[in-house]
Amino acid sequence: MFPANFDYVAPRSIDEALQLLKQHGDDAKLLAGGHSLLPAMKLRLASPQTLIDLGNVSGLSGVRLEGDKLVIGALTVHADVGSSDLVRKYFPGLVDAASVIGDVQVRNRGTIGGSVAHADPAADFPVILTALDASFVSQSIGGNRTLAVDDFFTDYFTTAMAHGEILTEILVPLPSAHSGTAYHKLAHPASGYVVVSAGVMVTRQPSGSCASARIAIGGLGSGPIRAVASEAELHGKLLNPSTIAAAAGKAAEAADPDDDIYASAEYKRHMATVLARRAIEAAVQRAAS
Amino acid sequence: MTAEAEYAALPITVTVNGVKHEAEVEPRTLLVYFLREQLGLTGTHVGCDTSQCGACTIHLNERAVKSCTILAVQANGKTITTIEGLAHDDEFHPVQEGFREKHGLQCGYCTPGMIMTAADLLRTNANPSEEEIKHALEGNLCRCTGYVNIVESIKWAAEKIGAKNVSR
Repeated sequence: MFPANFDYVAPRSIDEALQLLKQHGDDAKLLAGGHSLLPAMKLRLASPQTLIDLGNVSGLSGVRLEGDKLVIGALTVHADVGSSDLVRKYFPGLVDAASVIGDVQVRNRGTIGGSVAHADPAADFPVILTALDASFVSQSIGGNRTLAVDDFFTDYFTTAMAHGEILTEILVPLPSAHSGTAYHKLAHPASGYVVVSAGVMVTRQPSGSCASARIAIGGLGSGPIRAVASEAELHGKLLNPSTIAAAAGKAAEAADPDDDIYASAEYKRHMATVLARRAIEAAVQRAAS
Repeated sequence: MTAEAEYAALPITVTVNGVKHEAEVEPRTLLVYFLREQLGLTGTHVGCDTSQCGACTIHLNERAVKSCTILAVQANGKTITTIEGLAHDDEFHPVQEGFREKHGLQCGYCTPGMIMTAADLLRTNANPSEEEIKHALEGNLCRCTGYVNIVESIKWAAEKIGAKNVSR
């Protein structure tokens, strides 16, 4: 299999890439690691006229601390997100997610920005980044803007970014003290993609009760869905097994999943409660240590 | 001018198994086909051609990747190692030896990819547990189902590399 023909350009800077995007209009696609786009092109599901390869643009990969935020370059490959000392220190839940995407070779090549911008409803990073209250820096010729995760994933394979914008950084606010994060996933046995997944960030009060929680569920809709009923159930309560079970039981309340060839809607809803419970338990445990 | 002419071949420079190659490729040429058909390095196999099976695994800038899901133009300026470049001075890589010693192959189709993935694992983790070996092989499929001996082969290689490091 090989893609339909296209023109290939490899800009050296973001400014050059933005100019090329403007020049080629809607017929152009940005290429990062290529692990979603190239398979789609080989299947002729996508046939862009021009590929703008961001691989030679410097300064787009790596993880750094900036004030009270962790800044992850959009071109950072999954393996480097998962092995970053900063990510490991502050966000074990992000390490959970980075470690279960595809396989070793895919994680050596696929990028976090590519995954986020592609907005596959069965992707891992969008779910955990929703739980972590991340935001996304998008550059355009006019300047740049920062988009909050809750406004970012607007539909299947669709984000709030417009054509002509390039996602350059993912910002993750550092958690307050006594916080824990976790990500649990039911993977499709053949493809490895998400059937259902849950990402959680929990902050404990010194008393052991819940100061705040963000819970996101993947696989039940066009993108990550905040389990607000579960979050409300945890808020202010002692983080014991019965509270956690009660909160997890509401994880699919805001969702209306479809049956598909692998899993019924009922099974997906049930698995959302199971995975939410496991992820909350893991996050609470990490918050305590 | 024909439609094809609009997609002129692009010049690339890649170092493959220590040898620098200057070549021209169509933008849509996948790296695995460049290696096999333009450089004649047919040790890298095309299996599923959909980034599942890992038969096309090579090292790009020293990391195991699937060459069916990378454009040859994306490899411009980079360093590649294929199965043909793993042995040095007629001495096999320990993983290659391990596959021979422990009978890590049946039909051999998946073997180059298995070996390239295993070599990358042992570079970053010289003493992996059985669980870590299995986890690392997640992206490599063997349809003869010889996984038991593949894992044994990699364990053998890890021990050999360990013994070598101790004797130094």
